Amino acid sequence: MNKRTSAGSKLVASPYIVWAALFIIAPLFFVVYYSFTDKGGAFTLENVQMLSKYLPTFLRSIWFGIVATIICLVIAFPMAYIISQKTDKVQRTMVMLVMLPMWMSFLIRTYSWMAILQDTGIINSFFSKIGIGQVHMINTGGAVILGMVYNFLPYMILPIYSVMAKLDYSMVEACQDLGGNRLTVIRRCIMPMSIPGVVSGITMVFVPSVSTFYISQKLGGGSFDLIGDVIERQFQQSYNYNLGASLSLVLMILILISMAVMNKFSDEGEMVI
Amino acid sequence: MKKVLCAVTALLITLLPLTVAYSAPDGDIEALRGSTLYVYNWGEYISDGADGTVDVNAEFTKKYGIKVVYDTYDNNEVMYSKLKGGGVSYDIVIPSDYMIERMINEDMLEKINFDNIPNFKYIPEKYRNLDYDPTGEYSVPYTVSYVGLIYNTKMVEEAPDSWKVLWDERYTNNILMFNNPRDAFAIAQSILGQDYNMDTEEGWRVAAALLKEQKSVNPVYVNDEVFLKMEAGEAALAPYYVGDYFLMKENNDDLAFVYPKEGVNYFVDAACILKGAKNKRAAELYLDFINEPEIALANAEYIAYGSPNSAVYDNPDYEYYENELLYPEEGAFKTQLFKNLPPNILALQSSLWDDVKNYNATAASSERALFFGDSTQNNIDNGEAMTPVTIKYGICIGVFLLLCLAYVIFRTIRKKHREQY
Repeated sequence: MNKRTSAGSKLVASPYIVWAALFIIAPLFFVVYYSFTDKGGAFTLENVQMLSKYLPTFLRSIWFGIVATIICLVIAFPMAYIISQKTDKVQRTMVMLVMLPMWMSFLIRTYSWMAILQDTGIINSFFSKIGIGQVHMINTGGAVILGMVYNFLPYMILPIYSVMAKLDYSMVEACQDLGGNRLTVIRRCIMPMSIPGVVSGITMVFVPSVSTFYISQKLGGGSFDLIGDVIERQFQQSYNYNLGASLSLVLMILILISMAVMNKFSDEGEMVI
Repeated sequence: MKKVLCAVTALLITLLPLTVAYSAPDGDIEALRGSTLYVYNWGEYISDGADGTVDVNAEFTKKYGIKVVYDTYDNNEVMYSKLKGGGVSYDIVIPSDYMIERMINEDMLEKINFDNIPNFKYIPEKYRNLDYDPTGEYSVPYTVSYVGLIYNTKMVEEAPDSWKVLWDERYTNNILMFNNPRDAFAIAQSILGQDYNMDTEEGWRVAAALLKEQKSVNPVYVNDEVFLKMEAGEAALAPYYVGDYFLMKENNDDLAFVYPKEGVNYFVDAACILKGAKNKRAAELYLDFINEPEIALANAEYIAYGSPNSAVYDNPDYEYYENELLYPEEGAFKTQLFKNLPPNILALQSSLWDDVKNYNATAASSERALFFGDSTQNNIDNGEAMTPVTIKYGICIGVFLLLCLAYVIFRTIRKKHREQY
């Protein structure tokens, strides 16, 4: 992948370089700076030492993220496959339907799940009408994961679908010629070829799930603190930028590690991001 | 009731232009015409013209020609962080008592020239020079109110009179709780008979332990969702501000309110001018304007919190005139004001609050006996031992990682195997 670096291409890239320096590199520097200083600005490792206290929260966030990602994958893969098998017109409509909820604010959608799931909510009033009785759903870990799956599912479907839509169909035909039935075709041909989409889908679901804070507050009733909640609290409530920054730094490192691991999965050795 | 309210406000709106006509603004006020005033206030904390009420900011602009840019915040800490973080500049903020004290200490507030606020005469002596602003140079009281316990009469067996009902296992999953440390701790402190402003670390730890113990009834930590949940009958009990109870009651008649016997937080929110305000004269005009009898009345009826303005609470037409919940007799129940906490206690409070939020509910039930049983309070375990939750999530993630690793190894071996041919 050799790129020619002429003066012209440098000029074209310069707005992005300035942008990246201002809004990506500089904030990262601030995060690192705040992580290792105290309120007065002196160097300290105190914030890093506090991390052990938040270990359970980290583990819970990661676990919830993993579960949400797996559920998204299980739903999204067949979904993307089905969409990619339709005619162009149907495909366009279905992709639009997948994206349609994203036109509304993420906050409003999560808030309305509260009204759907609560004990006097839509589902439970239906249940009690048909005589099943109340099922307590809101303010549980399951509700938080449901919120994550609902909100981030499009980010899984779209990359997988875009890879599948561009698949070289002659491969599928070759596989069929060699005597593969439908299942074999999916397992041995479509699945391996859609790995790049799956990998970027997993990254795009896992990263926001691990770092979310709004979903856990509204659907978890504040009892399922995720690391995003703790970080938000440090900045908003406690005015403790230093601890908040060091928690963010650890979260970033964790995400980088998991993305590096994900890259190992992709056969072609392509980078995910 | 609503109709009467509408009629009254409609009447007020028609009267307003008259009052405008009679107060001829003098020269320096005239010079402010066309300038902008930045106001930073709590959410839902001003009459905004909804449902035919008076739109205070629009009326102010109409009267003085000064544009009002109005932003809102959820709580004192958010407001403080935003101002401290820099990048914003407001002229007026309306924080609560303890936050005003902190902001005065940190030199964030400007002294107010009370000559420019003639309507300050409506604020009686008992609301002036309170502890948070002993010299009375920095603040003009905006609301005075109390925290209390809202409950749903259909869902509780007997009318509660104590904060302890929030720890009652009969109402598991039906209890709401403040999602901010100061108010949440105040409830535990009331039960323990502690001072809200104590400066002993041990006392705060005991209060935190009591809050942790509440996890056994699975409380839901809420901010503004309290409205949605109490009005829908989603929860049986919620500690909240008395003014908001009236708003909830309009939508759900089963709700009732009580001041628990252990005592409650009494608070004053007051308007202040920020240091470095660019439009100080206009800010003083605004402070005067919100204390004009008609405007203060419109605000008091909209917000439904107690008003420190005598022109409001002595007005027989006022919707909450002599309301015994909003204006209780002095000494009817125990009250305490919040004060600014020293930095080490503030840091401890945030840290303990993180612990409370993180605390595991199943472990809580086994510790219930600590407070409501016979055992003493001294043997609370504050150690940071591995909780079952940590182990559970740790094992889950570990197994998952092992599976991933096994898969990668399997693939590598298979690949090598295939390459041999």
